[in-house]
Amino acid sequence: MERKTVGEWLQLSFVQNALAACVLASLLCGIVGTYVVANRMAYLAGGVAHAAYGGVGLAFFFKIPPMVGILGFTWAAATIMGALSLRERHRSDTVISVLWAFGMAFGVLLVDLTPGYGADLMSYLFGSILTVSRPSLAAMGLLTLGVLLCTTLFHKELVAVSYDEHFARVRGLPVTAFYLTLIGTIALTVVVLVRVVGLILVIALLTIAPYIAEKHSRSLQGMMFRAVLYNIVFGMIGLGLSIALNVTSGAAIICVASVGYFVSLALGALKQKRRHEPPHV
Amino acid sequence: MTGTFQEKVAVLQGVTYAYNSHPVLENVDLTVHAGDFAAVIGPNGGGKTTLLKLLLGLLKPQRGTVALFEAPPGKTAHRVGYVPQDAHMNRFFPLTVLEMTLMGRLGPGRLFRGYSARDVKAAEEALDRMEMLPYRRARLDELSGGQRQRVFIARALASEPDALFLDEPASGVDSAGQKDLYSHLKELNDRMTILVVTHDLLVLATYVKSVVCVNRSVIHHGAPEVTHDMLRLGYQCPVELLAHGHLPHRVLPLHGEKDRG
Repeated sequence: MERKTVGEWLQLSFVQNALAACVLASLLCGIVGTYVVANRMAYLAGGVAHAAYGGVGLAFFFKIPPMVGILGFTWAAATIMGALSLRERHRSDTVISVLWAFGMAFGVLLVDLTPGYGADLMSYLFGSILTVSRPSLAAMGLLTLGVLLCTTLFHKELVAVSYDEHFARVRGLPVTAFYLTLIGTIALTVVVLVRVVGLILVIALLTIAPYIAEKHSRSLQGMMFRAVLYNIVFGMIGLGLSIALNVTSGAAIICVASVGYFVSLALGALKQKRRHEPPHV
Repeated sequence: MTGTFQEKVAVLQGVTYAYNSHPVLENVDLTVHAGDFAAVIGPNGGGKTTLLKLLLGLLKPQRGTVALFEAPPGKTAHRVGYVPQDAHMNRFFPLTVLEMTLMGRLGPGRLFRGYSARDVKAAEEALDRMEMLPYRRARLDELSGGQRQRVFIARALASEPDALFLDEPASGVDSAGQKDLYSHLKELNDRMTILVVTHDLLVLATYVKSVVCVNRSVIHHGAPEVTHDMLRLGYQCPVELLAHGHLPHRVLPLHGEKDRG
């Protein structure tokens, strides 16, 4: 393979599309992921993302458009998880595990039972950001706009519901509606991104950067801003590595983000240690 | 802040509540009048928090009726300043003291609107009353347990409530902080009814006007003194109680095997 310069790479339309997808996915996941992490719903988000594969199987088996199948199945699974975890927030992990496993198994079975072309499970796990299409980009853009609008309109209510659901309820806020909308948004984010970046990368983008950002932020907006920024940095470095080394883009981005996570952990521990060296008054 | 002493802040009649057919409260009656400062005591799992949540409409009883300010809680819960248990909160949530206190200004008719200058003023006043105004820009995890509780109370006060319901406000707070907390509550009691869930009556006994003992059933004592019924009902664990009169006396029930209150 002949070597190209960075400038030459950037002129290729698939690279441009990949960069655009990376920025949009970073924006979307930075915002939605902030709610996921602040609400301690990373596990639920993982469940929703994996259950999405059931929708892939469904779409193949019944020969319906993949987006419709994935959206329907994911939304249903997410709503069940959400409703149950709202009732018993601390004991919802079992239900989430069951739906997580069931979604994937159901998807695999349906794909097996579908005669002819078998779906490539790997492409849904890790996506193929380098082959992202224009319509996918448009869908991501639209969803990002919608999410930005909702976040701006309902910012203070979302903060209250995320931080302290009971207090919000006593204040008369429609907590259940907010909560289910949030989970619906997670589902939608997963659906829009699963073909592009894969469901594993969706989880990584939803959790790693917001988690790093949480420690240094004084507000949810600040956390979102940082999370988006970190996501973009991880995404760009990952994409660059993926092209330079000719490795799977999703996996490269996840590895970069994970390194970022461990570096932030180490820096945090170091800071903690330094703070405690002089006697605390 | 409103009403005479005769107004009934909370009334439970024949209330039964069970988690997964495991009864927590059975056929409970309770009346809390305006102006009261009631301590809700009892063993862990005895139904104290459940009682509070029933009163606020966060839980619905399987049997019986709940009235808050003589109406269904769904309609009147916003008149109560609620201080939930700190332990269930995300400690690292990115939130400043002021932003947290502003939550007290939220309400159903206020969607789509930002906080007004009046909201900020009310929140700052509430913080000032709890002596937390200098910390308004601090992150919640930068505060001590006692300071955080005072912010929780300030948030409840920001809604200008007629009553204050607190769930274990003293947990994770050192004893100096606890005394401080309760003297703040005593001051607030001049203006509003207070219901506080706790499991240490030791500090509280000098402040409260009545004691509600909860252990599947509920007994309400008009004066904070120890009776045999209270002990039988409220405690299966060794506990210290300060009672009426100038000379505090301690009562240590002997039938306790558990070592934690």
